[in-house]
Amino acid sequence: MTGGTVKDVGSTTKNKTGTWRSERPIVDAEKCKRCGICVQHCPEPCITLDPHAVIDYDFCKGCLICKAVCPFDAITSKGERLCQTK
Amino acid sequence: MPNQIIEGSQAVAKMVRLCKPKVLAMYPITPSTHIPETLAQMKANGELDGTIIRVESEFSALSACIGASSTGVRAYTATSSQGLALMHELLFATAGMRLPIVINVVNRALSAPLNIFNDHQDSMSERDSGWIQLYAGTNQEAVDMTVQAFRIAEECLLPVMVCMDGFYLSHTYEVVDVPDDIKGFLPDYQPEHCYLDPNKPMTIGTWAMPEPYMKLRKELNDAAEKSVGTIQKVHDDYAKAFGRGYGDGLIEVTGEGSTAIVSIGSVCQNIEAVAKEKGMQLVRVRCFRPFPRQQLIGALKGKKSIIVIEKNAALGLGGGAMFHELRSALKGSDAKIACYVVGLGGVDVTLDYLRKVADSADSLGDGEVRWQNE
Repeated sequence: MTGGTVKDVGSTTKNKTGTWRSERPIVDAEKCKRCGICVQHCPEPCITLDPHAVIDYDFCKGCLICKAVCPFDAITSKGERLCQTK
Repeated sequence: MPNQIIEGSQAVAKMVRLCKPKVLAMYPITPSTHIPETLAQMKANGELDGTIIRVESEFSALSACIGASSTGVRAYTATSSQGLALMHELLFATAGMRLPIVINVVNRALSAPLNIFNDHQDSMSERDSGWIQLYAGTNQEAVDMTVQAFRIAEECLLPVMVCMDGFYLSHTYEVVDVPDDIKGFLPDYQPEHCYLDPNKPMTIGTWAMPEPYMKLRKELNDAAEKSVGTIQKVHDDYAKAFGRGYGDGLIEVTGEGSTAIVSIGSVCQNIEAVAKEKGMQLVRVRCFRPFPRQQLIGALKGKKSIIVIEKNAALGLGGGAMFHELRSALKGSDAKIACYVVGLGGVDVTLDYLRKVADSADSLGDGEVRWQNE
Protein backbone atom coordinates (compact mmCIF):
# COMPACT_ATOMS: atom_id res chain seq x y z
CA MET A 1 0.00 0.00 0.00
CA THR A 2 3.10 2.26 0.23
CA GLY A 3 2.53 5.28 -1.99
CA GLY A 4 -1.06 4.24 -2.67
CA THR A 5 0.07 1.28 -4.78
CA VAL A 6 -2.68 -1.30 -5.21
CA LYS A 7 -1.38 -4.81 -5.79
CA ASP A 8 -4.65 -6.82 -5.90
CA VAL A 9 -5.97 -6.38 -9.42
CA GLY A 10 -9.67 -5.60 -9.94
CA SER A 11 -9.96 -3.71 -6.70
CA THR A 12 -11.98 -0.89 -8.30
CA THR A 13 -15.08 -3.09 -7.99
CA LYS A 14 -14.68 -2.93 -4.21
CA ASN A 15 -15.32 0.79 -4.28
CA LYS A 16 -19.12 0.98 -4.24
CA THR A 17 -19.56 4.22 -6.16
CA GLY A 18 -23.34 3.86 -5.83
CA THR A 19 -23.00 5.66 -2.50
CA TRP A 20 -22.51 8.91 -4.44
CA ARG A 21 -26.07 8.71 -5.88
CA SER A 22 -28.56 11.38 -4.86
CA GLU A 23 -31.37 10.34 -7.23
CA ARG A 24 -32.30 6.69 -7.80
CA PRO A 25 -33.65 5.47 -11.18
CA ILE A 26 -36.43 2.89 -10.80
CA VAL A 27 -37.44 0.47 -13.60
CA ASP A 28 -41.08 -0.39 -14.12
CA ALA A 29 -40.88 -4.06 -15.14
CA GLU A 30 -44.34 -3.93 -16.76
CA LYS A 31 -43.43 -1.09 -19.12
CA CYS A 32 -39.92 -2.29 -20.03
CA LYS A 33 -39.74 -3.81 -23.54
CA ARG A 34 -36.10 -5.02 -23.25
CA CYS A 35 -35.03 -2.70 -26.09
CA GLY A 36 -31.61 -2.19 -24.42
CA ILE A 37 -31.29 1.51 -25.25
CA CYS A 38 -30.64 2.31 -21.56
CA VAL A 39 -27.95 -0.41 -21.44
CA GLN A 40 -26.14 1.23 -24.36
CA HIS A 41 -26.35 4.70 -22.81
CA CYS A 42 -25.43 3.88 -19.22
CA PRO A 43 -21.93 5.36 -18.72
CA GLU A 44 -21.14 3.21 -15.69
CA PRO A 45 -22.21 0.64 -17.18
CA CYS A 46 -24.45 -0.99 -14.62
CA ILE A 47 -27.68 -1.98 -16.38
CA THR A 48 -28.28 -5.56 -17.55
CA LEU A 49 -31.32 -7.10 -19.31
CA ASP A 50 -32.24 -9.98 -17.11
CA PRO A 51 -35.16 -10.49 -17.52
CA HIS A 52 -35.84 -6.75 -18.05
CA ALA A 53 -33.63 -3.71 -17.39
CA VAL A 54 -32.04 -4.26 -13.98
CA ILE A 55 -29.88 -1.55 -12.40
CA ASP A 56 -26.93 -2.46 -10.16
CA TYR A 57 -27.36 0.07 -7.36
CA ASP A 58 -23.86 -0.70 -6.01
CA PHE A 59 -22.43 1.25 -8.93
CA CYS A 60 -25.29 3.40 -10.32
CA LYS A 61 -24.35 7.04 -9.65
CA GLY A 62 -27.84 8.32 -10.44
CA CYS A 63 -27.07 10.30 -13.60
CA LEU A 64 -30.57 9.40 -14.92
CA ILE A 65 -29.46 9.14 -18.57
CA CYS A 66 -31.40 5.85 -18.63
CA LYS A 67 -34.54 7.69 -17.61
CA ALA A 68 -34.00 10.32 -20.31
CA VAL A 69 -33.42 7.84 -23.15
CA CYS A 70 -36.12 5.25 -22.33
CA PRO A 71 -38.66 5.42 -25.23
CA PHE A 72 -41.37 3.76 -23.10
CA ASP A 73 -41.08 5.94 -19.95
CA ALA A 74 -40.35 2.73 -18.08
CA ILE A 75 -37.78 4.44 -15.86
CA THR A 76 -38.78 6.96 -13.20
CA SER A 77 -36.68 8.33 -10.34
CA LYS A 78 -36.90 9.18 -6.70
CA GLY A 79 -34.67 10.99 -4.24
CA GLU A 80 -32.15 8.54 -2.78
CA ARG A 81 -32.87 9.66 0.75
CA LEU A 82 -36.59 8.95 0.29
CA CYS A 83 -35.76 5.43 -0.92
CA GLN A 84 -33.55 4.74 2.08
CA THR A 85 -35.90 6.04 4.78
CA LYS A 86 -38.76 3.96 3.42
CA MET B 1 41.35 11.51 -11.34
CA PRO B 2 39.66 12.29 -8.02
CA ASN B 3 41.07 15.76 -7.17
CA GLN B 4 40.51 18.23 -9.97
CA ILE B 5 39.81 21.88 -10.66
CA ILE B 6 36.32 21.64 -12.03
CA GLU B 7 33.12 23.64 -12.36
CA GLY B 8 30.43 22.80 -9.78
CA SER B 9 27.86 21.69 -12.35
CA GLN B 10 30.38 19.49 -14.15
CA ALA B 11 31.48 17.91 -10.89
CA VAL B 12 27.87 17.11 -10.02
CA ALA B 13 27.28 15.70 -13.52
CA LYS B 14 30.31 13.42 -13.09
CA MET B 15 28.88 12.10 -9.86
CA VAL B 16 25.45 11.60 -11.46
CA ARG B 17 27.12 9.46 -14.15
CA LEU B 18 28.63 7.26 -11.44
CA CYS B 19 25.20 6.84 -9.84
CA LYS B 20 24.03 5.26 -13.14
CA PRO B 21 20.49 6.56 -13.46
CA LYS B 22 18.71 4.60 -16.19
CA VAL B 23 16.62 7.56 -17.30
CA LEU B 24 17.60 11.23 -17.31
CA ALA B 25 14.83 13.57 -18.48
CA MET B 26 16.08 17.14 -18.41
CA TYR B 27 15.15 20.53 -19.76
CA PRO B 28 17.95 23.10 -19.53
CA ILE B 29 17.32 26.26 -17.54
CA THR B 30 19.81 28.80 -16.21
CA PRO B 31 21.72 28.28 -13.93
CA SER B 32 21.30 24.47 -13.95
CA THR B 33 22.00 24.17 -17.70
CA HIS B 34 25.58 22.94 -17.39
CA ILE B 35 24.42 19.78 -15.63
CA PRO B 36 22.20 18.46 -18.48
CA GLU B 37 24.71 19.81 -20.98
CA THR B 38 27.60 17.88 -19.40
CA LEU B 39 25.51 14.72 -19.08
CA ALA B 40 24.40 15.00 -22.73
CA GLN B 41 28.04 15.38 -23.75
CA MET B 42 28.91 12.25 -21.77
CA LYS B 43 26.11 10.40 -23.55
CA ALA B 44 27.41 11.57 -26.93
CA ASN B 45 30.89 10.37 -25.96
CA GLY B 46 29.51 6.96 -25.00
CA GLU B 47 30.42 7.45 -21.34
CA LEU B 48 26.89 7.40 -19.92
CA ASP B 49 24.70 4.28 -19.74
CA GLY B 50 21.33 5.88 -19.08
CA THR B 51 18.78 7.08 -21.61
CA ILE B 52 18.47 10.83 -21.95
CA ILE B 53 14.97 12.01 -22.82
CA ARG B 54 14.84 15.42 -24.46
CA VAL B 55 11.58 16.85 -23.16
CA GLU B 56 9.69 20.01 -24.07
CA SER B 57 9.33 21.43 -20.55
CA GLU B 58 10.19 20.82 -16.92
CA PHE B 59 6.67 19.52 -16.40
CA SER B 60 7.46 16.82 -18.96
CA ALA B 61 10.90 16.25 -17.45
CA LEU B 62 9.52 15.24 -14.08
CA SER B 63 6.57 13.43 -15.72
CA ALA B 64 9.05 11.31 -17.69
CA CYS B 65 11.03 10.65 -14.50
CA ILE B 66 7.84 9.56 -12.72
CA GLY B 67 7.06 7.21 -15.60
CA ALA B 68 10.59 5.83 -15.59
CA SER B 69 10.73 5.44 -11.83
CA SER B 70 7.36 3.66 -11.97
CA THR B 71 8.92 0.97 -14.11
CA GLY B 72 11.44 0.39 -11.35
CA VAL B 73 14.55 2.18 -12.57
CA ARG B 74 16.65 5.00 -11.17
CA ALA B 75 15.54 8.37 -12.60
CA TYR B 76 17.17 11.78 -12.42
CA THR B 77 16.63 15.38 -13.46
CA ALA B 78 18.09 18.83 -12.79
CA THR B 79 16.39 22.20 -12.84
CA SER B 80 16.16 25.73 -11.42
CA SER B 81 13.63 28.37 -10.45
CA GLN B 82 10.75 28.59 -12.97
CA GLY B 83 11.53 25.01 -13.98
CA LEU B 84 11.01 23.77 -10.45
CA ALA B 85 7.87 25.90 -10.17
CA LEU B 86 6.53 24.28 -13.34
CA MET B 87 7.17 20.88 -11.73
CA HIS B 88 5.14 21.89 -8.65
CA GLU B 89 2.13 19.65 -9.31
CA LEU B 90 4.36 16.65 -10.03
CA LEU B 91 6.58 17.20 -7.01
CA PHE B 92 3.58 16.36 -4.84
CA ALA B 93 2.74 13.38 -7.06
CA THR B 94 6.30 12.03 -6.88
CA ALA B 95 6.35 12.16 -3.10
CA GLY B 96 2.81 10.79 -2.82
CA MET B 97 3.72 7.83 -5.04
CA ARG B 98 6.89 7.37 -2.96
CA LEU B 99 9.15 7.38 -6.02
CA PRO B 100 12.85 7.78 -5.18
CA ILE B 101 13.66 10.37 -7.85
CA VAL B 102 16.62 12.72 -7.34
CA ILE B 103 16.69 16.32 -8.58
CA ASN B 104 19.65 18.66 -8.52
CA VAL B 105 18.03 22.04 -7.93
CA VAL B 106 20.41 24.84 -8.83
CA ASN B 107 18.83 27.62 -6.79
CA ARG B 108 17.68 30.77 -8.55
CA ALA B 109 15.19 33.56 -7.83
CA LEU B 110 11.59 33.29 -8.99
CA SER B 111 9.89 35.79 -11.32
CA ALA B 112 8.59 38.54 -11.26
CA PRO B 113 10.65 40.58 -11.89
CA LEU B 114 12.56 38.08 -13.99
CA ASN B 115 15.94 37.30 -12.49
CA ILE B 116 18.42 34.52 -13.12
CA PHE B 117 20.59 34.94 -10.04
CA ASN B 118 20.76 33.01 -6.82
CA ASP B 119 18.40 32.87 -3.90
CA HIS B 120 16.47 30.00 -2.28
CA GLN B 121 12.91 31.04 -3.07
CA ASP B 122 12.43 28.29 -5.67
CA SER B 123 13.14 25.24 -3.51
CA MET B 124 11.98 26.79 -0.22
CA SER B 125 8.58 27.32 -1.83
CA GLU B 126 8.37 23.53 -2.33
CA ARG B 127 9.16 22.69 1.26
CA ASP B 128 5.79 21.08 1.97
CA SER B 129 5.81 18.80 -1.07
CA GLY B 130 7.06 15.73 0.80
CA TRP B 131 10.53 15.86 -0.77
CA ILE B 132 13.68 15.61 1.29
CA GLN B 133 15.66 18.84 0.79
CA LEU B 134 19.44 18.95 1.19
CA TYR B 135 21.37 22.22 0.74
CA ALA B 136 25.03 22.16 -0.20
CA GLY B 137 27.54 24.65 1.20
CA THR B 138 30.34 23.91 -1.28
CA ASN B 139 30.76 22.16 -4.62
CA GLN B 140 32.42 19.27 -2.83
CA GLU B 141 29.36 18.89 -0.65
CA ALA B 142 27.02 19.11 -3.66
CA VAL B 143 28.92 16.19 -5.21
CA ASP B 144 28.87 14.17 -1.99
CA MET B 145 25.18 14.94 -1.40
CA THR B 146 24.21 13.80 -4.89
CA VAL B 147 25.35 10.21 -4.37
CA GLN B 148 23.98 10.20 -0.82
CA ALA B 149 20.65 11.48 -2.18
CA PHE B 150 20.10 8.38 -4.33
CA ARG B 151 20.70 6.08 -1.36
CA ILE B 152 18.55 8.13 0.99
CA ALA B 153 15.76 8.28 -1.60
CA GLU B 154 15.82 4.55 -2.27
CA GLU B 155 16.03 3.57 1.40
CA CYS B 156 13.22 5.93 2.51
CA LEU B 157 11.15 5.74 -0.70
CA LEU B 158 11.10 9.51 -0.77
CA PRO B 159 12.30 11.81 -3.54
CA VAL B 160 15.28 14.05 -2.75
CA MET B 161 16.21 17.55 -3.90
CA VAL B 162 19.89 18.35 -3.74
CA CYS B 163 20.01 22.15 -3.73
CA MET B 164 23.11 24.09 -4.73
CA ASP B 165 23.41 27.81 -5.19
CA GLY B 166 23.18 29.07 -8.76
CA PHE B 167 26.43 30.64 -10.04
CA TYR B 168 28.06 30.79 -6.58
CA LEU B 169 28.41 27.02 -6.76
CA SER B 170 27.16 25.86 -10.15
CA HIS B 171 29.47 28.08 -12.23
CA THR B 172 32.45 28.24 -9.89
CA TYR B 173 35.63 26.31 -10.59
CA GLU B 174 37.34 24.96 -7.51
CA VAL B 175 39.15 21.84 -6.40
CA VAL B 176 36.66 19.02 -6.02
CA ASP B 177 37.32 15.37 -5.30
CA VAL B 178 35.02 13.35 -7.54
CA PRO B 179 35.53 9.68 -6.68
CA ASP B 180 36.32 7.32 -9.57
CA ASP B 181 34.13 4.57 -8.22
CA ILE B 182 31.17 4.49 -5.83
CA LYS B 183 29.90 0.98 -6.53
CA GLY B 184 29.98 -0.27 -2.98
CA PHE B 185 28.27 2.82 -1.63
CA LEU B 186 25.29 2.86 -3.97
CA PRO B 187 23.87 -0.56 -4.86
CA ASP B 188 21.61 -1.04 -7.90
CA TYR B 189 18.06 0.13 -7.27
CA GLN B 190 15.80 -2.79 -6.35
CA PRO B 191 12.19 -1.61 -6.57
CA GLU B 192 9.75 -3.42 -4.34
CA HIS B 193 6.75 -1.24 -3.66
CA CYS B 194 5.99 0.12 -7.08
CA TYR B 195 6.94 -0.97 -10.60
CA LEU B 196 5.06 -1.69 -13.79
CA ASP B 197 5.50 -5.32 -14.77
CA PRO B 198 2.97 -7.13 -17.01
CA ASN B 199 3.58 -10.33 -15.04
CA LYS B 200 2.72 -8.71 -11.71
CA PRO B 201 0.04 -6.16 -12.46
CA MET B 202 -0.53 -3.36 -9.98
CA THR B 203 -2.17 0.04 -9.94
CA ILE B 204 -0.01 3.04 -9.10
CA GLY B 205 -0.74 6.73 -8.75
CA THR B 206 -4.32 5.83 -8.16
CA TRP B 207 -7.40 7.66 -6.90
CA ALA B 208 -8.15 7.54 -3.19
CA MET B 209 -11.33 8.32 -1.28
CA PRO B 210 -11.02 10.76 1.66
CA GLU B 211 -10.11 8.25 4.40
CA PRO B 212 -7.38 6.33 2.53
CA TYR B 213 -6.14 9.63 1.07
CA MET B 214 -5.60 11.14 4.49
CA LYS B 215 -4.07 7.91 5.77
CA LEU B 216 -1.53 7.95 2.92
CA ARG B 217 -0.67 11.63 3.50
CA LYS B 218 -0.05 10.85 7.16
CA GLU B 219 2.16 7.92 6.17
CA LEU B 220 4.09 10.24 3.86
CA ASN B 221 4.58 12.75 6.67
CA ASP B 222 5.73 10.03 9.05
CA ALA B 223 8.16 8.68 6.46
CA ALA B 224 9.54 12.17 5.89
CA GLU B 225 10.02 12.77 9.62
CA LYS B 226 11.57 9.33 10.10
CA SER B 227 14.02 9.87 7.23
CA VAL B 228 16.17 11.92 9.63
CA GLY B 229 17.83 8.71 10.83
CA THR B 230 18.50 7.43 7.32
CA ILE B 231 19.97 10.76 6.21
CA GLN B 232 22.40 10.64 9.13
CA LYS B 233 23.24 6.97 8.59
CA VAL B 234 23.94 7.46 4.87
CA HIS B 235 26.03 10.55 5.68
CA ASP B 236 28.04 8.60 8.25
CA ASP B 237 28.56 5.65 5.89
CA TYR B 238 29.80 8.04 3.22
CA ALA B 239 32.10 9.77 5.69
CA LYS B 240 33.56 6.38 6.61
CA ALA B 241 34.02 5.27 3.01
CA PHE B 242 35.30 8.53 1.52
CA GLY B 243 36.74 10.39 4.51
CA ARG B 244 34.46 13.40 4.26
CA GLY B 245 31.68 14.33 6.66
CA TYR B 246 29.63 17.42 7.41
CA GLY B 247 28.58 17.84 11.03
CA ASP B 248 25.99 15.24 12.01
CA GLY B 249 24.63 15.06 8.49
CA LEU B 250 21.68 17.35 9.25
CA ILE B 251 23.37 20.43 10.66
CA GLU B 252 27.00 21.49 10.90
CA VAL B 253 28.13 23.57 13.87
CA THR B 254 31.35 25.61 13.70
CA GLY B 255 32.87 27.87 16.35
CA GLU B 256 31.49 28.82 19.73
CA GLY B 257 29.79 31.82 21.25
CA SER B 258 26.69 33.02 23.05
CA THR B 259 25.36 34.33 19.74
CA ALA B 260 24.62 31.84 16.99
CA ILE B 261 24.03 32.50 13.33
CA VAL B 262 21.80 29.95 11.63
CA SER B 263 21.99 29.84 7.86
CA ILE B 264 21.85 27.60 4.82
CA GLY B 265 23.72 27.21 1.54
CA SER B 266 26.98 28.61 0.19
CA VAL B 267 26.62 31.97 1.98
CA CYS B 268 27.71 30.03 5.07
CA GLN B 269 31.28 30.14 3.75
CA ASN B 270 31.28 33.93 4.23
CA ILE B 271 29.31 33.71 7.46
CA GLU B 272 31.79 31.22 8.89
CA ALA B 273 34.67 33.68 8.34
CA VAL B 274 32.77 36.55 9.99
CA ALA B 275 31.48 34.38 12.86
CA LYS B 276 35.06 33.38 13.60
CA GLU B 277 36.14 37.04 13.67
CA LYS B 278 33.30 38.03 15.96
CA GLY B 279 33.41 35.03 18.31
CA MET B 280 30.05 33.71 17.21
CA GLN B 281 28.82 30.24 16.38
CA LEU B 282 27.62 29.21 12.94
CA VAL B 283 24.93 26.55 12.65
CA ARG B 284 24.66 25.55 9.02
CA VAL B 285 21.50 23.68 8.09
CA ARG B 286 22.29 20.95 5.54
CA CYS B 287 18.92 19.29 5.59
CA PHE B 288 15.88 21.57 5.60
CA ARG B 289 13.31 18.82 5.02
CA PRO B 290 12.85 16.89 7.20
CA PHE B 291 13.33 19.88 9.52
CA PRO B 292 16.11 18.94 11.98
CA ARG B 293 14.15 20.20 14.98
CA GLN B 294 15.86 18.13 17.71
CA GLN B 295 19.35 18.78 16.34
CA LEU B 296 18.72 22.55 16.22
CA ILE B 297 17.22 22.62 19.71
CA GLY B 298 20.32 20.78 20.97
CA ALA B 299 22.81 23.00 19.14
CA LEU B 300 21.14 26.27 20.14
CA LYS B 301 20.58 25.43 23.80
CA GLY B 302 21.64 28.26 26.12
CA LYS B 303 22.28 30.82 23.37
CA LYS B 304 21.57 34.46 24.20
CA SER B 305 20.73 35.51 20.70
CA ILE B 306 20.21 33.77 17.39
CA ILE B 307 20.34 35.43 13.99
CA VAL B 308 18.82 33.54 11.08
CA ILE B 309 20.24 34.61 7.72
CA GLU B 310 18.38 33.30 4.71
CA LYS B 311 17.78 33.87 1.05
CA ASN B 312 14.02 33.49 0.88
CA ALA B 313 11.04 35.42 2.15
CA ALA B 314 7.68 34.18 3.33
CA LEU B 315 5.90 37.08 1.64
CA GLY B 316 3.12 38.57 3.70
CA LEU B 317 4.51 37.03 6.87
CA GLY B 318 7.94 38.71 6.86
CA GLY B 319 11.19 36.89 7.39
CA GLY B 320 12.27 33.65 5.82
CA ALA B 321 10.67 30.22 6.13
CA MET B 322 13.51 28.82 8.22
CA PHE B 323 13.27 31.70 10.70
CA HIS B 324 9.62 31.00 11.42
CA GLU B 325 10.16 27.25 11.70
CA LEU B 326 13.13 27.71 13.99
CA ARG B 327 11.21 30.11 16.23
CA SER B 328 8.43 27.60 16.51
CA ALA B 329 10.93 24.81 17.31
CA LEU B 330 12.62 26.94 20.00
CA LYS B 331 9.39 28.09 21.62
CA GLY B 332 9.94 28.59 25.33
CA SER B 333 13.70 29.14 25.05
CA ASP B 334 15.22 32.36 26.43
CA ALA B 335 17.08 33.11 23.22
CA LYS B 336 16.27 36.21 21.24
CA ILE B 337 15.69 35.17 17.64
CA ALA B 338 15.87 37.59 14.71
CA CYS B 339 16.05 37.24 10.97
CA TYR B 340 17.92 38.83 8.10
CA VAL B 341 16.48 38.29 4.63
CA VAL B 342 19.48 38.61 2.34
CA GLY B 343 20.69 38.00 -1.18
CA LEU B 344 17.35 37.88 -2.99
CA GLY B 345 17.85 37.82 -6.74
CA GLY B 346 21.60 37.47 -6.29
CA VAL B 347 22.35 40.54 -4.15
CA ASP B 348 25.94 40.04 -2.96
CA VAL B 349 26.18 39.05 0.69
CA THR B 350 29.67 40.41 1.33
CA LEU B 351 31.94 39.97 4.32
CA ASP B 352 31.52 43.68 5.12
CA TYR B 353 27.76 43.37 5.11
CA LEU B 354 27.88 40.25 7.29
CA ARG B 355 30.11 42.09 9.80
CA LYS B 356 27.36 44.70 10.12
CA VAL B 357 24.83 41.90 10.64
CA ALA B 358 27.00 40.38 13.37
CA ASP B 359 27.50 43.79 15.03
CA SER B 360 23.75 44.36 15.09
CA ALA B 361 23.16 41.29 17.31
CA ASP B 362 22.62 43.33 20.49
CA SER B 363 20.28 45.86 18.89
CA LEU B 364 17.96 43.25 17.38
CA GLY B 365 14.62 42.66 19.05
CA ASP B 366 13.13 39.19 19.46
CA GLY B 367 11.24 38.30 16.31
CA GLU B 368 12.64 41.27 14.42
CA VAL B 369 13.08 40.91 10.68
CA ARG B 370 15.44 43.04 8.61
CA TRP B 371 16.04 42.99 4.90
CA GLN B 372 19.49 43.45 3.42
CA ASN B 373 18.42 46.44 1.29
CA GLU B 374 16.61 48.28 4.11
